Amino acid sequence: MTRIDKNAVEVRGLVKHYGETKALDGVDLDVREGTVLGVLGPNGAGKTTLVRCLSTLVSPDAGHAVVAGYDVLRQPRQLRRVIGLTGQYASVDEKLSGWENLYMIGRLLDLSRKDARLRADEMLERFSLTEAAKRPAMQYSGGMRRRLDLAASMIGSPAVLFLDEPTTGLDPRTRNEVWDEVRRMVADGATVLLTTQYMEEAEQLASELTVIDRGRVIANGRVDELKAKVGGRTLQIRPSDPAQLPAMAAAVADAGLDGLAGAQAVLDEGLLYVPILSDEQLTAVVGLLGVRGFGIAHIGTHLPSLDEVFLAITGEKTLSSEISDTIAEEVAA
Amino acid sequence: MSAVTITAAPAKALPGEGRIGLRANVRHIGALVRRNALQIKQDPESMFDAVLMPIVFTLLFVYVFGGAISGKGNQQAYVNYVIPGLMAMMGMNIAMAVGTGVNDDFKKGVMDRFRSMPIARSSVLIAKIVVEIGRMLVATAVLLGMGFLLGLQIHTSVLELAAAIGLSVVFGASLMWIFILLGLTMKTAQAVQGVAMLVLMPLQFGSSIFAPPTTMPGWLQSFTDYNPLSNLADAARNLINGGPVADSVWMTLGWAAVITAVTAPLAVAKFRKKT
Repeated sequence: MTRIDKNAVEVRGLVKHYGETKALDGVDLDVREGTVLGVLGPNGAGKTTLVRCLSTLVSPDAGHAVVAGYDVLRQPRQLRRVIGLTGQYASVDEKLSGWENLYMIGRLLDLSRKDARLRADEMLERFSLTEAAKRPAMQYSGGMRRRLDLAASMIGSPAVLFLDEPTTGLDPRTRNEVWDEVRRMVADGATVLLTTQYMEEAEQLASELTVIDRGRVIANGRVDELKAKVGGRTLQIRPSDPAQLPAMAAAVADAGLDGLAGAQAVLDEGLLYVPILSDEQLTAVVGLLGVRGFGIAHIGTHLPSLDEVFLAITGEKTLSSEISDTIAEEVAA
Repeated sequence: MSAVTITAAPAKALPGEGRIGLRANVRHIGALVRRNALQIKQDPESMFDAVLMPIVFTLLFVYVFGGAISGKGNQQAYVNYVIPGLMAMMGMNIAMAVGTGVNDDFKKGVMDRFRSMPIARSSVLIAKIVVEIGRMLVATAVLLGMGFLLGLQIHTSVLELAAAIGLSVVFGASLMWIFILLGLTMKTAQAVQGVAMLVLMPLQFGSSIFAPPTTMPGWLQSFTDYNPLSNLADAARNLINGGPVADSVWMTLGWAAVITAVTAPLAVAKFRKKT
């Protein structure tokens, strides 16, 4: 398929300095058409500046960026026709009702009065806001506001959607709602560039990841590739009979499979953990247990978390894990 | 990696390409005017200045200073002096609100949305001005209503009254660009208000709005003579009461043209660059 090879966003050597601060210090990245690229990085890494450059809100100092075929510097007007932007702060008019906001956006996008009305109704329905349609947005909950924001970004069915930390500050349930919406947008054919500080969010939504720190790209690739680069998977096996756990661990350890580090039986959880580096090892371990006559109730593999990935790449902790460490220490103290 | 070639990009946008047509521009401004009007509907208190200020000022000036300026029991004559003056002042006070409004807007994400949309960036500002002109007309209507209650008489014709109103609106609209520029430059809405008051007070009181400058010291008279608010007040006064209008009308229009020519491009440029 040719469309897989087409890039909806191409960024080369993008630089933006604010005085001494190098918000972007030569960023390269690609987003393939119809996919989600997660741009992952701690606070102050340059994620928001990147999004603002790509959506023509600020001009880069150097470098090039092309979005949906339009150059951000040379063709900003055309570019604005094909993008949608949802920033960290709700970009809707809080004094206007949900419906009025969407109708206004429709008119600004040159829809006729009738089409703008229909589109506003349609989007409210789709984002489950019909009941709140007439209330001013300032009375909306955080999740509703964010949904309205996404709806506003989707009015013009943009080819490329920029989501700058779309779930920051939302509770887990609302966050899941936003994730579902993003998945639907992608299913409808949109290309999404999503910035996030949350490893879980990138894992949930993105097929590819670019990790940035202090304005530079420090890693990129498919989510699973990145994880595999950092460390292998762990195979989790739940035996039919928990009493067999020690015997299973011994059997795997004694088999002397090539490159296998060993196996650990965790009796509390009723699970056998086997770190593996390849699919062959996985097959070999499962095959061995089958040949020896052990009953297996459940098998799963666990990839290292993206927090661990970030730590491995930068040698530094991310802000979110620092905070949770601090909380853990405070709780311990 | 894909085969999209990236040619060396000039730093400037290509002229003409993807330009917003006039009809689309008018439609966008219309949608944004509607937005500002809906904001007022949602927050009626924002009309207090336009509705209450003319009432309070008229009562205060006519009854507190009227007697002193025109002689006791002679407030009637002062009504015809001060109401046209207050028309000039109203425009300035309403224009001030546009600065704080623009400043507030920029604190909110909605400005990012407008700026990332395919609309002329000036349309956001023009819509604001259109709505403020509407507010000015409301304020002027209240002011004239108060004036008629207190005995204001039009010695000329409705046509000249309309000309006086039109002149105040044109001048007020030109002042809005100054306040928009201030609103885009200052950090907070409070700071905008502070600076605006500092400029407004001497301009308003050092003019012929409230009292004839003939009793003022010479140095102040030369200030009031060149104060555009004096020109506007004199023009409105003579349009309503009869008298020579040509000089003051042309002076006022000249000021409005110069102020707009200088500050409007600066404000739009500032608006474009603001991040």
